[in-house]
Amino acid sequence: MSTTSADHAHDHSHDHAHDHPHGWQRWLFATNHKDIGSLYLWFAFTMLLAGGVMALGIRSELFQPGLQLMQPEFFNQLTTMHGLIMVFGAIMPAFVGFANWMVPLQIGASDMAFARMNNFSFWLMPPAALLLMGSFWVPGGATAAGWTLYAPLSTQMGPGMDMAIFAVHIMGASSIMGSINIITTILNMRAPGMTLMKMPMFCWTWLITAYLLIAVMPVLAGAITMTLTDRHFGTSFFNAAGGGDPVMYQHIFWFFGHPEVYIMILPAFGIVSQIVPAFSRKPLFGYASMVYATASIAILSFIVWAHHMFTTGMPVTAQLFFMYATMLISVPTGVKVFNWVATMWKGSMTFETPMLFAVGFIFVFTMGGFTGLILAVTPIDIQLQDTYYVVAHFHYVLVAGSLFALFAGFYYWGPKWTGFMYNETRGQIHFWGSLILFNITFFPMHFLGLAGMPRRYADYPAQFTDFNQIATIGAFGFGLMQVYFILAVVIPSIKGGKPAPAKPWDGAEGLEWTVPSPAPFHTFEEPPVFK
Amino acid sequence: VVNGPAVDMKGGPAIKQLNLQPPVTQIAEQIYSIHNLMLVICLVIFVAVFGVMFYSILKHRKSVGHKPATFHESTAVEIAWTVVPFIIVIVMALPATKTVVAMKDTSNADITIKATGMQWKWGYDYLKGEGEGISFLSTLSTPRTQVGAPGVEPTEKRGDNYLIEVDNEVVVPVNKKIRVITTANDVIHGWTVPAFGVKQDAIPGFVRDTWFKAEKIGTYRGQCVELCGKEHAFMPIVVTVVSDADYKKWVDGKKREMAAKADDPSKVWTVDELKQRGEKVYTQHCVACHQATGKGVPGAFPALDASAMVTGPKAPQINILLNGKAPGMPAWKGVLSDTEIAAVITYTRNSWSNKAAENIVQPAEVLAARK
Amino acid sequence: MSSQHANAPYYFVPGPSKWPVLGGTTLLLTMIGASAWVNGLAWGSYLNFAGIILTLVVLYKWFGDAIAESEGGKYSARIDVSFRWSMSWFIFSEVMFFAAFFGALFYARAISMPWLADLDHKVLWPDFAATWGNVGPAGTVEAFRTMGPFPIPTINTALLLTSGVTLTISHHALREGHRAKTAFWLFATVLLGAVFMGFQVYEYMHAYSELNLKLTSGIYGSTFFMLTGFHGFHVTMGAIMLSVVLYRLMKGHFTAEHHFAFEGAAWYWHFVDVVWLGLYVVVYWL
Ligand code: HEA
Ligand code: HEA
Ligand code: CUA
Ligand SMILES: [Cu+2]
Repeated sequence: MSTTSADHAHDHSHDHAHDHPHGWQRWLFATNHKDIGSLYLWFAFTMLLAGGVMALGIRSELFQPGLQLMQPEFFNQLTTMHGLIMVFGAIMPAFVGFANWMVPLQIGASDMAFARMNNFSFWLMPPAALLLMGSFWVPGGATAAGWTLYAPLSTQMGPGMDMAIFAVHIMGASSIMGSINIITTILNMRAPGMTLMKMPMFCWTWLITAYLLIAVMPVLAGAITMTLTDRHFGTSFFNAAGGGDPVMYQHIFWFFGHPEVYIMILPAFGIVSQIVPAFSRKPLFGYASMVYATASIAILSFIVWAHHMFTTGMPVTAQLFFMYATMLISVPTGVKVFNWVATMWKGSMTFETPMLFAVGFIFVFTMGGFTGLILAVTPIDIQLQDTYYVVAHFHYVLVAGSLFALFAGFYYWGPKWTGFMYNETRGQIHFWGSLILFNITFFPMHFLGLAGMPRRYADYPAQFTDFNQIATIGAFGFGLMQVYFILAVVIPSIKGGKPAPAKPWDGAEGLEWTVPSPAPFHTFEEPPVFK
Repeated sequence: VVNGPAVDMKGGPAIKQLNLQPPVTQIAEQIYSIHNLMLVICLVIFVAVFGVMFYSILKHRKSVGHKPATFHESTAVEIAWTVVPFIIVIVMALPATKTVVAMKDTSNADITIKATGMQWKWGYDYLKGEGEGISFLSTLSTPRTQVGAPGVEPTEKRGDNYLIEVDNEVVVPVNKKIRVITTANDVIHGWTVPAFGVKQDAIPGFVRDTWFKAEKIGTYRGQCVELCGKEHAFMPIVVTVVSDADYKKWVDGKKREMAAKADDPSKVWTVDELKQRGEKVYTQHCVACHQATGKGVPGAFPALDASAMVTGPKAPQINILLNGKAPGMPAWKGVLSDTEIAAVITYTRNSWSNKAAENIVQPAEVLAARK
Repeated sequence: MSSQHANAPYYFVPGPSKWPVLGGTTLLLTMIGASAWVNGLAWGSYLNFAGIILTLVVLYKWFGDAIAESEGGKYSARIDVSFRWSMSWFIFSEVMFFAAFFGALFYARAISMPWLADLDHKVLWPDFAATWGNVGPAGTVEAFRTMGPFPIPTINTALLLTSGVTLTISHHALREGHRAKTAFWLFATVLLGAVFMGFQVYEYMHAYSELNLKLTSGIYGSTFFMLTGFHGFHVTMGAIMLSVVLYRLMKGHFTAEHHFAFEGAAWYWHFVDVVWLGLYVVVYWL
């Protein structure tokens, strides 16, 4: 570049050439929230497939007792990377993608508050993914310490562990910047008349999620930095010989980790809270209590972390405190479930795919919530901790929870993004296939866990064979459903189909439906007035 | 395919088992019933909530011509469905509180046993009570020929207790309060016996405790439940509960066995004697990492074959065996006797392609290096 | 707001920019380099270093763009508010980062140390006594002496507190339009920061050479050096921010009303100050 970049920026704001950037530069240099949102969504879906293939590796090895396909060390790598990729690579970025697309449209803002930083948040994700995936090929392979990276097992790992640490650092930075962007956008860029208590629920849940993120991602960064220095610079944070404590890692990790699981569910609640009223043709029941419930869940999430550590041996008072606090979270979560049901009550419902996924979400997520509550009871958790019961619990809330809400959101807002209606029949096939196969995969895991099958096991006693085989068959089916989703639903609806009207759902409300479909490159350059 | 047994495992999981394992302690009993209670309450709420939802889905749909109502809040209802769940949660927490307090009371034990998790086996020391002084290692006894490996079919039929059977079982008397204190040598492991309702992480450098009082004679089985590296699935826990009389017999036998086994570290051995003994030690303790070929696992566990450490001077090798080396090599000084360490070093120095100049280590040298 | 913003757009959205994606790439290089380096590969340190330099170049260019936009009058009052929100929450995230390390210190002292020394643990560590500044129960840590509050940490406290005052004087001067005075006191602040860092380096040398207190000195050394080290790193960052502000001030940037960069850097400096007070009490006194 001959001229200084400063001059360039100056010029650009006057000519409108940058309004319609083309080709690869459009994506690499994007400052448009919609483009960045799409980037996030594509990235997240790619990661879902990558993490899903790892899950299928796990499930294949577990199809029968014995070791058939891989050494246990590689199995542990798959489990670890599956967890890390799904959590940090698939679910979280997918919700950020939704936030990018929908928050400015819902509050009537022209873009995100910091458009360039927004792109930076995104372009930190692929490097992190490359570090994680690349670690499979370094000596010793990827880290195999579980997605929780417990010390001191993590200190034994090879260089793959360091790559994972640095990847998580980068993703943490991305999340923090993304959250600051979302908070600032919501607090400072709402259209006139859009008071906080009139804001769509999706924005509310993301606002609260963003606060959770900036509060806990730095803590995770601290924890893994200590792991790094314990590994290479001789510190003793997690080493009893030097006066440290391995359990300290778990406290710091779960101080992050528990809010993290709500980071993955609150935006899902938001999406469902948009869809249920739209297809019930009735306003959301208990809007204010929904907001308070979301906030209560977030606040409580900071004082329950040690329910992941009941078997580490805590004083009895600590066990009781964390048990009570954890059980308490059921109350605000229950409020949400009841409000959704009350919204449907005496509505005039139709069941297009978004609504199917939303109802499916409520139904199956609640099952996961109940198993969570059962795990919260310390004596029961001591029986079930580190068994497949826990695996069943969190896939009910993460797959049938977070992932189903993401699907619901795609069907709901997809027409706004692509300008075309998806194929309804195929959407319904995707829903029913996913719902049934999901349950075939994960329901038997409850039984395995109750009977005592430990998680992160490459091989198991032969008595566990039957349920494992069912789960494996379900997993392949569920995976194929997602291939169907991308090939038969998503790609066709980008390429063409029935043109979508500005507001394809007659019961839907909100500013996003006042702009044409597909949403033009720039929207709300002058803020609309919200009645 | 050699898929193994079609029978339930005694004291372990049954085939297609749907619920927790049958309890044999009062704590496990309580857990069992709290779980059933929770399950029932949750099911009732579930049916109630989704009964309403599905009723609504059937009746309040556009296709049957239902017109939407417009209500969107009701303070009374909202308070009700906040308070009622709150009360339900308290009801659930009450019995659990009692059990938690009972589980934590490890005082007045009849026998105290220390369980030490190691990659990948358990070490047991009877610290207090009848049997004090007994100590042994407990490793998986399922042969690898039943497990198979990628590309290698298992050559032996799987037994009924596949993966939950060990060479040395923990033996305890029935109806006695046993306190188990757990610790670990390397990474965190988890000690559990589901039938007892006991699960306690074993944390390196720390001790934690738990207790059980088994009320039924029999053998009970659990598996390591904290991810501890590659052989995590292969370090089970087996506890045999016997009558008082049988326990006495076991203690006597075990003590005699230990006395017979104890080696005199001042005895001088020949290379062949040590090699023979060392091979046993090697297959029991070393082969998982360094492999039978002595080639190790590139990037993770170093090769011993043609290794400078093994073919060079013996002092550094003795030191590494005694004290371990971060990240992967455990310290063996608390696990193996002087004779065993001397034997296994001698074995490595004379196996595969190794022909070390200093080809023999006597137990006395190890004893000296301990100081 | 100032006349500068009279024709600013309602909310300025920058056009396409190559800095973010380049920044992502340079960070990838940095991290690959770091991964290799900590595992003893020589090329790793070069790559790591190059990555950091390149990242700084990208940031320099990027901020250059933003400064030009700001000085070009594109930033409305609304954007100013955005900057304020974002800086506040960024500082909050930094607080949480330090909280992790303070938490570790608290946990090690109040929970794991007494635990390691209690009766049950006599099985493992018969001789361990719970005094802070111990060499760990296993005897693998070399003996060392701990770092007290005198004299350096106390001097450093005074320096940082003074720097907070000089910075405030500078800010008032800017608001009143006395640019020379602003620059002078700002310079004084940076200088105090630099002296602080000088003392800190001296203290570390003292620790290593005379007290045998090292990063490897058990949990005491770990928490001591990680807390003070990350703080020192943040002081350096803050000083760099203030220097940039000083440089811009001399180039004639900022007005009495419109100087968020100054304020943001000042907030950051005060945050670093507060963290130090926490350290001073918790690390040196208790
Ligand atoms: C989206 C993610 C998500 C969500 C939302 C939750 C929600 C909950 N989780 Fe879960 N959890 C995870 C993700 C999640 N979890 C993950 C990933 C792990 C494992 C991590 C690992 O180890 O790898 C885990 C593990 C985990 C454990 C530790 C298990 C162990 O390792 O031993 C516990 C224990 O308390 C727990 C509890 C709960 C509870 C009480 C809730 C509650 O929020 C649920 C509340 C909801 C309901 C209860 C249903 C709806 C309510 C009503 C209809 C009202 C009426 C009901 C009553 C009053 C009973 N979870
Ligand atoms: C965050 C979200 C998330 C999601 C979406 C999933 C999705 C899935 N998970 Fe996972 N899982 C976790 C989070 C998640 N998981 C976490 C945090 C852990 C804990 C890790 C740890 O212990 O450290 C875990 C652990 C875990 C285990 C336990 C492993 C162990 O303990 O050793 C298992 C076992 O069955 C499992 C299975 C699955 C399956 C079958 C899916 C499926 O839903 C995946 C479906 C998707 C696909 C299959 C991809 C699409 C298909 C293709 C790309 C084409 C190829 C397909 C075919 C040929 C059919 N997961
Ligand atoms: Cu030992 Cu898992
Ligand atoms: Cu949790």
